[in-house]
Amino acid sequence: MLSFILRRVFVSTLLLLGATFIMYLLTAASGDPLRDLRESREPNRDELIRIRSEQLNLDVPAPLRYFLWLSGAARCLIPFANACDLGVNVRNQQVTELLPIALGSTIQLLTGATLLAIVFGIIIGIVSALRQNTGFDLTVTFLVFLMFSLPSFFIAVLLKEFIAIGFNDFLADPNIPPAVLIGIGLVSGIIWQSIIGGDRRRRITVFAVSALATSGVFALMDAINWFRFPGIGPVALPLIAIGIAILTTTLFAGLQSRRALVTGLIAAALSIATYFSVQGLFDISTAGTIIIVGSILTAAGIAVGFFAGGYDRGVYMRIGGVTAALSFIVIVIDRFMQSWDDYFTDRSINGRPIATVGASTPTLDGDMWILGIDSFTHFLLPTLALVLISLASYTRYVRAGMLEVLNQDYIRTARAKGLGERTVVMRHAFRNSLIPLATFIPVDIAAVVGGAIITEQVFSISGMGQLFIRALSNVDPNPVMAYFVIVAVVVLIANLIADLSYAVLDPRVKAPQ
Amino acid sequence: MSTAPEKTKKQEKDEVGLSQSRLILRRFLRHKIAVASLIVIFLITGLAFTSIGFGPIPGWWPLTFQQLNTPVNGGQPTLSLIPKWAGGEGISLGAHPFGQDRIGKDNFAQVMRGIQNSLTVMFVVAAIATVLGTIVGGIAGFYRGVVDNILMRITDLFIIIPTLVIAAVLGQIASGAGLGVGVLFLGALLGLFGWMGMARLVRAEFLSLREREFVDAAKMAGASDRRIIFKHIVPNAIGVIIVTATLLMAGAILLEAALGYLNLGVRPPDVSLGGLISQNQSSFVTRPWLFWWPGVFIILLTLAVNFVGDGLRDAFDPRQSRFRPRRRSIIAAMFGSRATGAGMRPSDPTSPRGDEKRSPEGTV
Repeated sequence: MLSFILRRVFVSTLLLLGATFIMYLLTAASGDPLRDLRESREPNRDELIRIRSEQLNLDVPAPLRYFLWLSGAARCLIPFANACDLGVNVRNQQVTELLPIALGSTIQLLTGATLLAIVFGIIIGIVSALRQNTGFDLTVTFLVFLMFSLPSFFIAVLLKEFIAIGFNDFLADPNIPPAVLIGIGLVSGIIWQSIIGGDRRRRITVFAVSALATSGVFALMDAINWFRFPGIGPVALPLIAIGIAILTTTLFAGLQSRRALVTGLIAAALSIATYFSVQGLFDISTAGTIIIVGSILTAAGIAVGFFAGGYDRGVYMRIGGVTAALSFIVIVIDRFMQSWDDYFTDRSINGRPIATVGASTPTLDGDMWILGIDSFTHFLLPTLALVLISLASYTRYVRAGMLEVLNQDYIRTARAKGLGERTVVMRHAFRNSLIPLATFIPVDIAAVVGGAIITEQVFSISGMGQLFIRALSNVDPNPVMAYFVIVAVVVLIANLIADLSYAVLDPRVKAPQ
Repeated sequence: MSTAPEKTKKQEKDEVGLSQSRLILRRFLRHKIAVASLIVIFLITGLAFTSIGFGPIPGWWPLTFQQLNTPVNGGQPTLSLIPKWAGGEGISLGAHPFGQDRIGKDNFAQVMRGIQNSLTVMFVVAAIATVLGTIVGGIAGFYRGVVDNILMRITDLFIIIPTLVIAAVLGQIASGAGLGVGVLFLGALLGLFGWMGMARLVRAEFLSLREREFVDAAKMAGASDRRIIFKHIVPNAIGVIIVTATLLMAGAILLEAALGYLNLGVRPPDVSLGGLISQNQSSFVTRPWLFWWPGVFIILLTLAVNFVGDGLRDAFDPRQSRFRPRRRSIIAAMFGSRATGAGMRPSDPTSPRGDEKRSPEGTV
């Protein structure tokens, strides 16, 4: 194993050297960094040209200049020496100082999008595989096909230029006309009946119940002006927490397991108690406090599961932990919603909360909840665009993996033993169908670092992708190279992790020599 | 395409005595959506190249994509498709069917020029990448050993550079070239750096085909390597090559549009569909047609090429169809095995599309 890793690292280093060399020559060929100076009419033009040539070593031919650049970049490998030198840009700023800012906003943008895409991709993919060839499955398949044919900037521009305005208009005067209410109900009814499936009678029941429930909830929200003053509040929050407990129990253990249900409900009760006790603390807290409170609550949930004991202790611990963690997320969302009105009426927001440009409102001032909402409204549309694009491939992977697993002999064995459908799907099929994702997710997360070049461009978020595109357009070689070297290193590491994790997860794959 | 079990017997009877290529053609023609998509591609190509002409050849549309016209009626599109008896203004193109932009340029001529450039890039990229990828993959797969190792490491070297990153740098290089030439140059550069996926697939195909009995037989009969490769292996691998080439085409359209959007590929004064969207972005609220027309044509082209690829895949490898659902619906018929997931091998995450092992012998 160790020798395999070492060999891979060695080969990867060689690949990295080769790829950076190619990129360096291509970047050098992409234009003349002195172009703007040559065309300028400044009296000290020649002096400026001389200075920039010196800063960027332009008098050295490109293949040799690569080695100058490499000797600076290689110093990044010395730990703690802070000797990293990726050169300067045309304005004589150190590239190493530009990178952290760009990396920060890219990670901020893409973490949420990637997580959401993975979660929803898994859910939709699995449901679509379990309901193979139903209306739901074929609709999902059609949408996936469409998404593969859509240019990403098309979705992003559509969201930015058309949806944002409509959404802001709606928030300014949140009124849902009755026709739309009925439409929402019908759509939700159609979706739910195709997911739940069954015979005609069951479908009609599901359709009616879900359509009425959805329309009812929206009508209620409309009636209490929820979209203007959003919140979850002390009435709905306990209900949601209990709902989470029941859902988690259903998925992990099945409702007939009383002990599991009680575990879930105790965890939910703990969360509800937390909700009422931390409100004062939240007003003065920072991100650190919230993480600590959340971890304690999750740990308490796991502990409940542990003490519930029994032969299935692991499952109970999972139920307790997941219930507590999800409920805590709802609690935090509730707190954010409490600050919504302050944010909405702030002078720099002026009642148009959904932003289309940048990562934050520059003139806005407030506590972490206000600033958090500000990030949310800025990242909402770009995240939506990214999720829509990457959801397609996740859905397809999970669906294909699930279908393959469902055809395996061990699934037939599990059914033949008389196990329930839930156990077969959740315990036998679901886990195995995720193994292929282990090779897919690391590489996808690596792409996070590279930024979403086009989405960042559309929404003017100054992340890694923007850094790259701006430097490339201004013929500024060093930032381009810095961007590339970071992306390449992360991709190589991700590939190594993907291979190793696959070997660990799937015993059929020969462990690397 | 229509391979529901009850039909299979009849089909097999039909197929007796036909050559392999006739069979493939037949199966492709049965894929209605793929055939329709192929017609759409031909129609769009015809429209784009005849309307504003290409190079020195003039077209039937009076305006060029560069000339400034007097803005008429705020640049509203004059295209009308509702016939008079239905209460519309009759089917007519008018002076500016797709409207005009802020400075009065004819949007129809611009979109047509953009399509021409998209198609040019698409064909050049696909041609170069297919030839290069087949050669590299074929040599690596056929000779194995050291040659394979070296070629595959070179492939890895190019594969770690993200597509859009290298494409952006190449687009920047190509944008130096003049009007008309720049597009070809861009396509050529993208093709030169876009062959890796093809090489990997072709290599895998060659690796399995070279172990087959008919290759052994050819060797025994004293055939040269060249003869074995071109007469025995390539014809059997042609399915993989063609299907991957169509996927390359779809990718190339999207890539060109993205580069145009970033202003790194085809640049003004020439037109790219992506560039049209980016240049007019500020006036979408007042002139939405400047957004929809280029967008619709990008999606139409990509979707059509993807469907053709899907139809070809089914035509070359009908074995997957056996696992096709019993219940046939229009959408299932449209999407075939790829979209319903039967043909996908989730164990290979690097290429979500077009990476199936197949043995063409099984198609008979």
